[in-house]
Amino acid sequence: MFGLDKKDTSLLIIVAIITLLAPFILNPFPEGSAMAQFNAGYPDLMQRFVIFGIFAVGFNILFGLTGYLSFGHAAFLGVGSYACVWMFKLLGYNILPGILLSLVVSGIFALGIGYVSLRRSGIYFSILTLAFAQMSFALAYSVLSNPKFNLTNGETGLQVYTDDPQVLMGPNSPTVPNLFGLEMNATYKLELGPWLFQFNAGYYFCAIVMLLVVYLAIRIFRSPFGLMLRAVKSNQQRMGYTGLNTRPYTLAAFVISGMYAGLAGGLMASMDPLAGAERMQWTASGEVVLMTILGGAGTLIGPILGAGFIKYFENIFSKINDNVLHQWFAFMPDWMENAMVFIVHPFIGKGWHLTLGLLFMLVVIFLPGGLVEGGQKLMRWIRGDRRKKKAAEKAKSTTTTEPAE
Amino acid sequence: MDGFLLQVLNGLDKGSAYALIALGLTLIFGTLGVVNFAHGALFMIGAFCAVTLQRVLNLSFETIDETKTDFLGNPLKVKTPYVESWFGPEVGATIIDWAVPLSILLAIPVMLLIGLAMERGLIKHFYKRPHADQILVTFGLAIVLQEIIKLWFGANPIQTPPPEALMGVANVGAIVGLDLPYPIWRIVYFCFAAIIIFAVFAFLQFTTFGMVVRAGMADRETVGLLGINIDRRFTIMFGMAAAVAGLAGVMYGPINPPNYHMGMDFLVLSFVVVVVGGMGSLPGAVLAGFLLGILESFASTTWATTTIPGINQIIIYLVAIIVLLTRPRGLMGRKGVMEE
Amino acid sequence: MGILDIKDVSKRFGGLQALSDVTLSVKENSVHAIIGPNGAGKSTLLNCLVGKLIPDTGSVMFDGKSVLGRSPYEINQMGISRVFQTPEIFGDLTVLENMMIPCFASRDGAFELNALSQFMKQRDVLETAEAMLVDMNMADKRGMHAASMSRGDKRRLEIGMCLSQNPRLLLLDEPTAGMARADTNNTIDLLKEIKEKRDITIAIIEHDMHVVFSLADRITVLAQGTPLVEDDPQNIRGNPKVREAYLGESA
Repeated sequence: MFGLDKKDTSLLIIVAIITLLAPFILNPFPEGSAMAQFNAGYPDLMQRFVIFGIFAVGFNILFGLTGYLSFGHAAFLGVGSYACVWMFKLLGYNILPGILLSLVVSGIFALGIGYVSLRRSGIYFSILTLAFAQMSFALAYSVLSNPKFNLTNGETGLQVYTDDPQVLMGPNSPTVPNLFGLEMNATYKLELGPWLFQFNAGYYFCAIVMLLVVYLAIRIFRSPFGLMLRAVKSNQQRMGYTGLNTRPYTLAAFVISGMYAGLAGGLMASMDPLAGAERMQWTASGEVVLMTILGGAGTLIGPILGAGFIKYFENIFSKINDNVLHQWFAFMPDWMENAMVFIVHPFIGKGWHLTLGLLFMLVVIFLPGGLVEGGQKLMRWIRGDRRKKKAAEKAKSTTTTEPAE
Repeated sequence: MDGFLLQVLNGLDKGSAYALIALGLTLIFGTLGVVNFAHGALFMIGAFCAVTLQRVLNLSFETIDETKTDFLGNPLKVKTPYVESWFGPEVGATIIDWAVPLSILLAIPVMLLIGLAMERGLIKHFYKRPHADQILVTFGLAIVLQEIIKLWFGANPIQTPPPEALMGVANVGAIVGLDLPYPIWRIVYFCFAAIIIFAVFAFLQFTTFGMVVRAGMADRETVGLLGINIDRRFTIMFGMAAAVAGLAGVMYGPINPPNYHMGMDFLVLSFVVVVVGGMGSLPGAVLAGFLLGILESFASTTWATTTIPGINQIIIYLVAIIVLLTRPRGLMGRKGVMEE
Repeated sequence: MGILDIKDVSKRFGGLQALSDVTLSVKENSVHAIIGPNGAGKSTLLNCLVGKLIPDTGSVMFDGKSVLGRSPYEINQMGISRVFQTPEIFGDLTVLENMMIPCFASRDGAFELNALSQFMKQRDVLETAEAMLVDMNMADKRGMHAASMSRGDKRRLEIGMCLSQNPRLLLLDEPTAGMARADTNNTIDLLKEIKEKRDITIAIIEHDMHVVFSLADRITVLAQGTPLVEDDPQNIRGNPKVREAYLGESA
């Protein structure tokens, strides 16, 4: 279906079902119950899941396929946000022009940065992209926000003011971001007994966009272009001696993944019409790297899993404080309870970044293939030893036939 | 002329820090082939060594002075640092005053230990892994170290004043008849950096250890074939690089009060310095460090910032891009380093 | 005039004169072997032909066009394929995928943004690749990861990848280096078969005299960066100069 083979189609359908039913799936606990703090079915959080999912899926097209590790992808996200907010300021709150401009501007930006950075590979490339992103951050934060030429509004962040032109706005147009009148913050609340489910227009818009771009990503993975990108990762020298010019392949991958990031930035601004320089900082670039690695770089579903995982735990961890911890450990003797709270305290609330850093290290050290690989390992382990034995025997017989080198 | 020289001088302190960090990065990269994203964190930890020592020296006990009263009429509580009670008030006060330079003594063993532990405990396992993995794991480590420091010392910058004798401004141009007022501590910092750079180069040039390390930087496999235990030497090299970064941090405190994210701020720029200088070239790292520091100082003049607002924030990146486009190997890069 | 004309090529690395005034002509549809002791400059010469190195002086003409200053991919698109001393293949990909990549390169050129079709449904490419796998006797390995194969299989795959492009000139850099005797003989048979079946010119660098004398139509002996002798195989055997420079050592 849709030009995909069976396996990919079923993957896409599963992703589609999960995203569309997310308001139910993410709110399994009744309102007001003790477990309600683990619910994630809020419009704001769900929007973040899918937007960062888009960001990570795009990053994966570059990093997962070609192996080029960009440390500056947040710059494209930031540029996308700024472009979108400018469209709100100039034309009006319809999000379509904003998102289109996000795509165009981030694409042009990625073309320029990619053209320079891709002249080098490996570590050089990572450092160059990092430098470009930091430069973009400095530009947005201070250089491009001076009285003579204020493009970014510096520290305050770019936002829409009442005296902005907004030439396409009629007297009755909504004054929040909308898609031809459908307001992005509109939420329908469904109460079923003690449960509360929220269906938000903005979330569903982002979810549909995500499904489209995930579909596109699958097509890219399975295309001759995707094959070439994997070949770049495997052996650039052979690429050259096979008559293939690696530069345009990597540049195309860079621009595509930059546009994914720009799209994510545009969507972010569409959900909350604000754009700030902090979105471009190296920490934000590091975060998308982590999402991709955590989920599984080079896999189709990994980046989405990684994005969801990190955004979910970021939300949970930031909410937990010492009082909550004391409740959790209340069953223990007092001294033990206090000790546990003392140990866990540095990792929660504002300590989320510490947890994130540790998680980062643990994943790279022990699970370079990410959650997807972890899942596969677990499945193999569950399926039992019989196959393992067979495989071991097979491996033995193949190694013995290999000639000495 | 005066103004020109003043800008050059202003660039020297930042340039020194860039040069020292870039030197360590290049040592690690050249010997171990690892890009250490946690190197900035080592610089920051160095700075916090000074903060720690300053706090330790200021540890004090309270006594009640019956002869005086505070404004409520209660007997006055007087805090006396332990050092003052041990060494007498004058010597004790001098020790506290000289906390930052004294921290060097603390920082050298601490940084060496941290460096060795890092290499043995973590980096060692990543020699055979792809560069991307090395970058990622050291990046994660940098975040962890930074957050731990934040946890202990808080998010705000902490003042670490220089000794009183080294505060203030000296007219460094007086000898040649120019008027160049310049903070004394910055001169100290520059001289300190110059000594360390000189020591590292002398060490590599004139000792057998240094010779082996240089040979290893040129061709690791061959040296390995000679049967020399190169790995252990490289471990020690890592410790040294960590110590250099730490020392750069210790003495930088009085110029800019240490905060937990200073490491990352310097790291990104130091990488740019390494790339501009030429990956794997020690003289290149030092030269580029000073050049870019001075350039940044020129870009920070009022004239420059009014002509192009914010130019001081982006000048280094701009130069890096131009250098890489015109001289892809950097100013002094060797052929064959990181080409594939 | 041959298909490949090397004229007065010199290359210096620091103090080492790797090649000095090499002049060499390879005739179309012949097998030309370049032999010589270690350090004679054979690999340097090969690198000058494929764009990895640029000689200091001299010219290299392929089919009347200069190859100097062109990138490896441009030279390959002109019709020169190269097999390396240690097999250069796409280790992370399957054998079939390895074989498809050169087919794409021949069909679509150096770059083609074909991002929406499925590569497994490009019938023409798939057929060429699978036919080549059958020719190479590796059809049963099509789904294997290329990196997990034996060295002999990797070499066959690499030769197959080069042949699938129908190159006019195939450069082989010690194709039997480090192979067991049986594998070496298989490779010789394979190359003989290729030579008979196709219109192809082969230039081969080789240490193993057995391989050289079973394949070559013409032999050039390189010593210290200059061609010493160029002659037919039977004359090379008896040439005293060659014995002295090369065969003498190993005899």
